[in-house]
Amino acid sequence: MMTGVKERLPGKLIAVEGLDGSGKSTQIRLVHQWLQSKGHRVFFSEWNSSVLVREATRKAKKRHLLTPTTFSLIHATDFADRYERQMLPLLRAGYLVLCDRYIFTAFARDAVRGCDRMWLRKMYGFARSPDITLFLKLPLGVALGRILQGRPQLKHFEAGMDLNLSPDVTESFRIFQERVLKEYLCMVEEFGFTVIDASESVHGQQVTIRGLIQDRVDLGLFHAKSVR
Amino acid sequence: MSPKRTYGMVPAGVDLGKLSGSLIVIEGPDSSGRSTQIALLAQWLEEQGHAVAQAGLTRSTLVGLELERAKQGNTLSPRTLSLFYATDFYDQLENRIVPALRAGFVVLADRYVYTLMARAIVRGAEPEWAAWVYSMAIVPDAIFYMTVSLTTLVQRMFQTNSELDYWESGMDCGLSRDWFQSFVRYQRRIRNEFLKMQRRYAFELVNANRSIAAVNRDLRGRIQLFLDRAEKPEARRVTRGQAR
Repeated sequence: MMTGVKERLPGKLIAVEGLDGSGKSTQIRLVHQWLQSKGHRVFFSEWNSSVLVREATRKAKKRHLLTPTTFSLIHATDFADRYERQMLPLLRAGYLVLCDRYIFTAFARDAVRGCDRMWLRKMYGFARSPDITLFLKLPLGVALGRILQGRPQLKHFEAGMDLNLSPDVTESFRIFQERVLKEYLCMVEEFGFTVIDASESVHGQQVTIRGLIQDRVDLGLFHAKSVR
Repeated sequence: MSPKRTYGMVPAGVDLGKLSGSLIVIEGPDSSGRSTQIALLAQWLEEQGHAVAQAGLTRSTLVGLELERAKQGNTLSPRTLSLFYATDFYDQLENRIVPALRAGFVVLADRYVYTLMARAIVRGAEPEWAAWVYSMAIVPDAIFYMTVSLTTLVQRMFQTNSELDYWESGMDCGLSRDWFQSFVRYQRRIRNEFLKMQRRYAFELVNANRSIAAVNRDLRGRIQLFLDRAEKPEARRVTRGQAR
């Protein structure tokens, strides 16, 4: 169970964080394609996707049974499952592991829901810090515009409706996202995020990100043919 | 009744100020007689005019079912299992225990966070991590830890089940391929963790090698004392348990 938080591992962990609508999924997918096409050992992991916990999460969310604490813990369970089953073994095996959202998503969202920040950090204490954390920074209004334009049907928890911020779903979402952004901004320094200006063009951002990864990771070591 | 507190932070949205009930925890291994004692205590307390509610592990409506299923498949890593248990625990704390305490019930808990912490630690979790995860648990008014010699435990287990339980034998821990060996080693480790926790959390040890009636008399006596004290606030003892 010891997860070697400080242990040196041959793999590299790259995480992308940002508000809904910041374009982080697009960017990390492009990174994934790029690394795959170059023949690198790379693995892509999404937030909230382990089969086992998904059922419980889905059911609980549907019935609105979750409190801030259980909401936080059920996501931590899911994360731990993916972390210990996939990410950690892959890092040990020398893979580049790409994460669309990482523990910082939980730190931000759960803190907005009222969970204690220290408790969150301790609970997720088993997870390694990423080698690179890209934070896609976008003015709130732009991120909101993208989401509200393309996907008007907001889900209960996604909109932070459990917080009783506003009876109006859109307004609740706006307030919730504003608070999440505030949490993210406080973490930039604490966790050494690399800030990417997400108001630039998709291509422009991708060029920046690829350059960054090339600078900080010796990609030659991750070529599928190179045996470590 | 004494004011409630937790071992650390208070869970978001929970108000501890209005909890007038009492929380009594019975800890101990399977076959130590926990559920028998709880049933007897519940009856006795009700006869005395106390409203009683019961709580136990994996009884939450939230993840109880998935947790049982996952255990059967035995596919979860120890950390994941711990967090699953934690989710289940806090769900019960917030949706069952806290409302009952608010309504002035005596809550009898069949195991509590101590078992969950001991299980996690035996499976390799850092003790501090386990303590943090459960730091928002309400400090019980009394914690009774039923101690039974391993010989008695084994005899009782075989009497009721004619076979050892996979989890109570810690078969997932790789201590031995032999079930009996594994059971003995696992139970010893769990007990060691309990003894380490005893001071920090102020368990009262109960010798459960005795007859059901003798153990029950003992428990009643101690609970009676506590209830009398709670009725007379001026005689109240210092709140038990150690804050972190």
